[in-house]
Amino acid sequence: MYPIIKQIFKTGIKTETAPQPDEALRVNAQRLQQQILDTFGRALTIRQVDAGSCNGCELEIHAVNNAYYNIEGLGIKFVASPRHADMLLVTGPVSRHMETALKRTYDATPEPKLVVAIGDCARDGGIFGESYACCGRVENVIPVDVVVPGCPPAPNAILQGILTAISTQK
Amino acid sequence: MSITHPNLRLTKLAGATPAWMGDIQAQDLQPICQNIHDGGGRLVALWGSDRRATQQGFALHTLLVNETGLICLNLPLEEDHPAYPDISRIFPAANRMQRAVYDLLGIYAHEGGDHRKWLRHGAWHGGSFPLRKDFNAAQSRTDELDAYPFVPVEGIGVHEIPVGPVHAGIIEPGHFRFSILGEKVLRLEERLGYTHKGTEKLFESMTLQQGAKLAGRVSGDSAVAYAWAYSMAAESIAHVTPPDRALWLRALLLERERVANHLGDLGYLGNDVALSFGFAQFWILKEQLLRNNAALFGHRYLKDKIIPGGVAADLSAESKHVIEKECAMLEREVRLLRGIYDEHAGMQDRFIGAGRVEPKLAARLGLCGLAGRASSQAWDARVQFPCAPYDKLDVQLATYRNGDVAARVIVRFDELFESLRLQREILVNLMHGDELALPLEKLPGNGFGIGMAEGWRGEVVVAIHTDTEGNLARVHPHDPSWQNWPVLEHAVLGNIVPDFPLINKSFNLSYSGHDL
Repeated sequence: MYPIIKQIFKTGIKTETAPQPDEALRVNAQRLQQQILDTFGRALTIRQVDAGSCNGCELEIHAVNNAYYNIEGLGIKFVASPRHADMLLVTGPVSRHMETALKRTYDATPEPKLVVAIGDCARDGGIFGESYACCGRVENVIPVDVVVPGCPPAPNAILQGILTAISTQK
Repeated sequence: MSITHPNLRLTKLAGATPAWMGDIQAQDLQPICQNIHDGGGRLVALWGSDRRATQQGFALHTLLVNETGLICLNLPLEEDHPAYPDISRIFPAANRMQRAVYDLLGIYAHEGGDHRKWLRHGAWHGGSFPLRKDFNAAQSRTDELDAYPFVPVEGIGVHEIPVGPVHAGIIEPGHFRFSILGEKVLRLEERLGYTHKGTEKLFESMTLQQGAKLAGRVSGDSAVAYAWAYSMAAESIAHVTPPDRALWLRALLLERERVANHLGDLGYLGNDVALSFGFAQFWILKEQLLRNNAALFGHRYLKDKIIPGGVAADLSAESKHVIEKECAMLEREVRLLRGIYDEHAGMQDRFIGAGRVEPKLAARLGLCGLAGRASSQAWDARVQFPCAPYDKLDVQLATYRNGDVAARVIVRFDELFESLRLQREILVNLMHGDELALPLEKLPGNGFGIGMAEGWRGEVVVAIHTDTEGNLARVHPHDPSWQNWPVLEHAVLGNIVPDFPLINKSFNLSYSGHDL
């Protein structure tokens, strides 16, 4: 136990300041009332859905959980079921084989719900585009509120996208 | 070449990886495979190609490996009856590969015991084949739901737990069907193919340079390994050897990719046994490495830094110093954390004995890469077939024989330290002033080349066929996950369901690299 405690003290606090929301990332107008957003802002739950990505975006979504970005410190956490979620964080180009699963996950998420599309492939199909196997961008399959570009987007950009989705235009 | 067979004439392929190829007849496929198998060799990859444009029907390409190198057997198939002898009885890993080759190209194994579809779900009709040159995407389109005949397990008290494709974490999609008795797993059956993106078809419409980008996105966590294997295959066709400095830099990037992934996995393996301290610590280290990658090379995951002909990144003298400092820091911190992991009774209690794959079973099923080495399968392309610059580095193989989660953790630690040593050695050898890349715009016509790189998960192979004009006619990337996914089904038998996430993580296989 002693080496663990010693290491924790030696490491100290690494968490950096969270980014500000960026309205440029929003693709559809904010539908939620301020009252709901205030609640989300303090306790947002996210269901991540890989709808066909190369797993690059997943690496960076993992990273927003690390001590530097510390997403849980902002009251935001990833949950194991869409039924527990306020937001879907979707990566991919949506593969045709994941189209139904993504729609069902969206339907299983209770209203009010938000969708943030992560990465170039989720934004416009990316290098994979649309094909016999790909539906292309996430918005071709479910409604999207905020899009975060990048291949993959850096953790700070992902965090910014999430925070944008739960903010209102000032 | 240490394989002889009456009808086999092998020719050596140019390039960094020792590889031979030869045309064979259908009746020779099984005997040659048996011969390689009996000599301790393995099946690496299996794919098909459509050569009807040049009136050559179809072809099956079987890539084997033994102690001397890779052997690619090309078997021509008739256009009307594109069938070949089943090799899944010799190499069980061939089962899913053969089924995938049918789904994508419509060539099939005679007498194969398992004819269920594999990569095809409901996106295209059963009778249409995406990798055929005359495939019509619009006409083949369906929106069927996937109906897949899982093997049912019956008996008193047996029940099923279906999991996925959307999993309960930040993971890629796939379906696992558990048959359970009490808490114990009686059977696990995997259903993959959810992330099928038509990657192989996409290569055929790309230039050589675009293809390198796509190769880096076959499996995002192995961007360097794929880009290197792809470039190596292209360089083999073009008879080009990249400048020395480029080769040293490629090895540096590959080892950094290995360290990043091992750090991440070691953190998650801590998390999966409720030691969140481990996750926090290892991911701080990983983040520092990724930030250095971004600062030194311009990308956290080093994507698009390896290009056909060389590299698209350089390292200044000051940057060398950053890596030296980072290696020293990681060496110190990881040693400390390893001590904590080793001493932590609760953690070792979960690790030891969980998800065990005996060496004998590993050899039978062809378990490869990191997981293979944790079950005494002593294969590492950097050791057996050290292409430059590994021929000057004397890589130490990390193996362990217990084959459980604990063994896969040990191998990760050992390989991580070895990668740090290799990085330091590379920095010493990295001379300034050399070119970074030779021009490689286009490949010669009717070429064939293979590239192999030992990624962090295992051997990544890319094969390239060019058409008469030198365009990409067929590109086949192969992920070691093809071999290792079926072994996971065995590893969990008799374990309790709550240990599945831990066992799964200890393998950490790629879905995207497998589903293509």
